[in-house]
Amino acid sequence: MRPASLAAIALVCVLTVTVGTLGLRMSRATSDFYVAGRTVTPRRNASAIAGEYLSAASFLGVAGLMYQRGIDILWFPVGWTVGYLVLLVLVAAPLRRSGAYTLSDFAELRLESRQIRGFASLLTVGIGFLYLLPQFQGAGLALRQATGWPAWIGALLVSVVVLAAVGVGGMRSITLVQAMQYWIKLTAIAIPAFVLLAIWSQHSSGPVELGDWAVPSTDPAGLYTTYSTMLALCLGTMGLPHVLVRFYTNPDGRDARRTTVGVLALLGGFYIFPPVYAVLGHIHLPHLAPGTRVDTMALQLPEAMTDGRSATLLTAVLAGGAFAAFLSTASGLVISVAGVVDQDVLRPLVARRTGEDAHSSVSYRMAATVAVIVPALLSRVVEPLGLAATVTLAFAVAASTFAPLLVLGVWWHRLTTTGALAGLAVGTLSALVTLGAAFLHVEPHGWPGLLLAQPAAWSVPLAFVTMVVVSRLTPGKVPPHTNRTLSRLHTPESLLPP
Amino acid sequence: MSPAQRPPSERVRVTASRRSAPRHTARPVADELSDQTVLGEIYVRGLMRAQLRLALSLLLLAVLLLGGVPVLFAMLPQTRTVTLGPLPLPWVTLGLVVYPAIVISARYYVRASERLEAAFVDVVGRG
Repeated sequence: MRPASLAAIALVCVLTVTVGTLGLRMSRATSDFYVAGRTVTPRRNASAIAGEYLSAASFLGVAGLMYQRGIDILWFPVGWTVGYLVLLVLVAAPLRRSGAYTLSDFAELRLESRQIRGFASLLTVGIGFLYLLPQFQGAGLALRQATGWPAWIGALLVSVVVLAAVGVGGMRSITLVQAMQYWIKLTAIAIPAFVLLAIWSQHSSGPVELGDWAVPSTDPAGLYTTYSTMLALCLGTMGLPHVLVRFYTNPDGRDARRTTVGVLALLGGFYIFPPVYAVLGHIHLPHLAPGTRVDTMALQLPEAMTDGRSATLLTAVLAGGAFAAFLSTASGLVISVAGVVDQDVLRPLVARRTGEDAHSSVSYRMAATVAVIVPALLSRVVEPLGLAATVTLAFAVAASTFAPLLVLGVWWHRLTTTGALAGLAVGTLSALVTLGAAFLHVEPHGWPGLLLAQPAAWSVPLAFVTMVVVSRLTPGKVPPHTNRTLSRLHTPESLLPP
Repeated sequence: MSPAQRPPSERVRVTASRRSAPRHTARPVADELSDQTVLGEIYVRGLMRAQLRLALSLLLLAVLLLGGVPVLFAMLPQTRTVTLGPLPLPWVTLGLVVYPAIVISARYYVRASERLEAAFVDVVGRG
């Protein structure tokens, strides 16, 4: 039992709920619930996006995975950051100008098809659940590390706090919460890193020999893994449900771009630190405590390097920061999944049952409950794969489904409804195959295993090619208002009537 | 009061407009855009092409620079262990230098694409 760590976790949870409830007084209309009434300044929005994006995988997963597998894992944070650069240059401003709330809204607006809207909604919910899994699992791990309590209590705690913050206040309050959580996370990862580096430099004598661990691998399998992961992370970012919802809170396309530059700076500032933990862990932690997962390596590091009060305090700071990571990412995901469940399932259902429109915040809160409970239960059933690995799978799914839809949808006049549907189907199918293999532990040896474990290198080009080829084969199915829609996506706001 | 009871309004002399013919005014292209006409869409296509060219050239640069790193390590194995100051080269490039480089290229992109839009607004707004 580590009371200081428990206190830090409790503090982060209380702060999240308090700030979230404060936002309640400010949010009234439905658009306040979803997108903060679209009046968030680029600076605060950048903090909120970065706060939401840095998840369990960034805070604990990368350090743990790098500790286990060495320098090749440096590509993960690079890929997560470059993903935002790709998003910036390809889709940021046009998507904001489309004026859609969710990915499903964009799909319907661009392709003028209810069928594609339904497909996009299903995918959003699927990717959201897949990404929520590791957040709940990470919370369980961190709380067990701090208290020795069983893992399900951590998942329960995150569910309750997220529901309280999201269900009560909606997007406006969550923007404030997430902006705050970025700075909590940065502080919580930076300060222990500096302290541990100082401790290490006092005790170290001469240069450290890190061995093969610190040398990039150059065998074909290693290169394939690197390139495939990079492709998944670079193109997957734009297709994550919680990332796009955040861009709608910018006032216009120009601000959407400026926000993204801010996000890139904030992410870079954060990602300098996880490798510090991996290197120090490699030097000071030859073996992890028995029965612990590699994802908790960073939490074990302070006690391996120092003792007494400083170790307790550093561990507490790290545990609090990790919890901020679970909470902020989980709330962002729950908001976007709840938005889709509400718009596409619950509100029509409630309207049909009662014969009229229910009060929108009621069905939104019901949707948020669904969006929390299902993945929380799943996280108890599904065997954990490791935080960074699960998150990377979610990126691969997004990269082979939403990325082609968004990129071709924004730039290509000849995209047809049939083509988009075919591309989405192919991307989803390849995602289902690899997810099935991952969760059922089907791991063939050699290249087949590698292709299954790192699908992006083949599934992303396959989805793009399918979308293009089928579109060319069905020229009659170009949506009737394509030209008008594309003009709207690319015309600067200053030329349009207010 | 029914219409019939209304006092008859004064008679007004109706004359032709003093202008002999409607003056020809150039229709600003901005109106074509806001009215979503075919002409407006053709103008936007030009802007789209310029924006796409900018985006793709930046991505190509990123692919060459970042994608070249593993190739470099594979072709010249000694680059994997060379040290820059206290740190090995791979750690410096992938752990530190890459982030400011990304931010700088993003800032460059935002400026360039805003310039394209400003030029477009300039041309179109003037009509």
